[in-house]
Amino acid sequence: MEWEVVIGLEVHVQLSTQSKIFSGASTAFGAEPNTQACAVDLAMPGTLPVPNEEAFRYAVMFGLAMNAEIGKRSVFERKNYFYPDLPKGYQTTQLEKPIVGAGKVEIHLEDGSSKTVRLHHAHLEEDAGKSLHEDFHGMSGIDLNRAGTPLIEIVSEPDMRSAAEAVAYLKKIHSIVTYLGISDGDMSQGSLRCDANVSVRLKGEEELGTRAEIKNLNSFRFIEKAIKVEAQRQIDLIEDGGKVVQETRLYDSDKNETRSMRSKEVANDYRYFPCPDLLPVVLTDEYVDIIRGELPELPDAKCARFEKDYGLSAYDADQLTQERATADYFEQVAAKSGEPKLAANWVMGELAALLNREEKSIADSPVSAEHLAGLIARIKDNTISSKIAKQVFEVMANGDGDADAVIEAKGLKQVSDTGAIEKMVDDVIAASGAQVENYRNAAPDKRPKMMGYFVGQIMKASKGQANPQMINKILKDKLDALL
Amino acid sequence: MAVDAQTVEKLAELARIAISEETIDEVSNRLGDVLQLVDQLQAVNTDGVEPMAHPLDAVQVLRKDEVTEPNRRDEFLALAPQTEAGLYLVPKVID
Repeated sequence: MEWEVVIGLEVHVQLSTQSKIFSGASTAFGAEPNTQACAVDLAMPGTLPVPNEEAFRYAVMFGLAMNAEIGKRSVFERKNYFYPDLPKGYQTTQLEKPIVGAGKVEIHLEDGSSKTVRLHHAHLEEDAGKSLHEDFHGMSGIDLNRAGTPLIEIVSEPDMRSAAEAVAYLKKIHSIVTYLGISDGDMSQGSLRCDANVSVRLKGEEELGTRAEIKNLNSFRFIEKAIKVEAQRQIDLIEDGGKVVQETRLYDSDKNETRSMRSKEVANDYRYFPCPDLLPVVLTDEYVDIIRGELPELPDAKCARFEKDYGLSAYDADQLTQERATADYFEQVAAKSGEPKLAANWVMGELAALLNREEKSIADSPVSAEHLAGLIARIKDNTISSKIAKQVFEVMANGDGDADAVIEAKGLKQVSDTGAIEKMVDDVIAASGAQVENYRNAAPDKRPKMMGYFVGQIMKASKGQANPQMINKILKDKLDALL
Repeated sequence: MAVDAQTVEKLAELARIAISEETIDEVSNRLGDVLQLVDQLQAVNTDGVEPMAHPLDAVQVLRKDEVTEPNRRDEFLALAPQTEAGLYLVPKVID
């Protein structure tokens, strides 16, 4: 039997507004507990919500980026449930008339293929506070700083068929919201969180299987693992004659398993109704058009432009455009060095490795775009070889000046002096009698390969500084003269 | 039409309201009366009528994205029965 996994995602994105969605309290991350929870956030009697216009602008930007319909008249509803981090006893959210309607987005998979994932809708809502279950004499501590932070909840159709597709979709959403600048997208701080609806069915089957919802996945890696392990659990269950129950499950990353959140099985009845404190929010066509005109270049458009203007491969262009900061950095290096392909290789190669090693984002890169461009220019004009360039790069990474200063200070300039190279070639040939003999006796088509030994010795003698193209030419002439 | 006892108990649990065994009948009848009124409203033909959000067709006013609320934590914490380290303490809840 061949099984097919069906996945739909609900992604919560915190919008990076200054103040909350319904109050003037700050949304800054990391403040002392409850110092940013005002009377509205605490649900004090007599308070009324007043929506933040920036949250709507951000939601509309997102909707336009997802090719979605914009809800010109959106309505807030109350979703009723009791939990201590929700002081009002209901979450103000949208159900019937969300700000963003149906849309679609293209995702790119590692094998180079693409796929369209449909957006069901996206709505505005408020975040809840945080419960801390450390030991407060057997009680829980509540911090309401996060209560009322604006969120968009982005609901996809069940269009994904593997964990890898789900991750690709989530990366795309991450990329879009950070390009738009409507969220910092920082998953470690909970700015982007994801619930996954997972079901399985036999391949070819039309009807969807019963789904389980995995809650609160907060890293790309965990999402992939959680979906895989949950799909396998469902397959094993059905193959053993069992039935999948529709329920909410929690992923335990330590044990790599999902488990049922039994407490929520009791009556998941939110009794939604329109919020009487808030009137419909009406947006005009002109307003939406102005926002449309202000949208920045989005990842797909940038990717296509990188392929066309810089002659990059589809894969490279996609890698470089996933994050706006990386794309901007690359463009600076490409422009200043005039060498887009070398720039792409360095940004995705040495620079990515360096940032990874030092756990830094490209915004905090120890090597600036200007310095990297300077280095590439010296490779291009043959001042240094690519190999020496890597040494120079490491020195620049320690903050010791630009490429020219490092090359000068360390005496790394490439030797392109014909006389000096000829001497090194002669020395190596003289010291390698056996290898020269082998070269002479070899079939002509084997000879180019055999030159590698000599090149290696010469490079070693020059400490890597001899111009490789010149070595090759002079060496070949001299060896062939001995035939 | 009275609401059955089971429904009353479920609603009570959802609303976190304690209803004693003796009062279930009474609550059930009163809820039934409310629902009867709702049924009467439901009977009206509303085809093609947009739900009304406000009698004067007012729409929501939005505010600028500015932080206008100062930190008044101490005043708010003073109203709570139990606090510690700047947190409100509540009976343990684990999901």
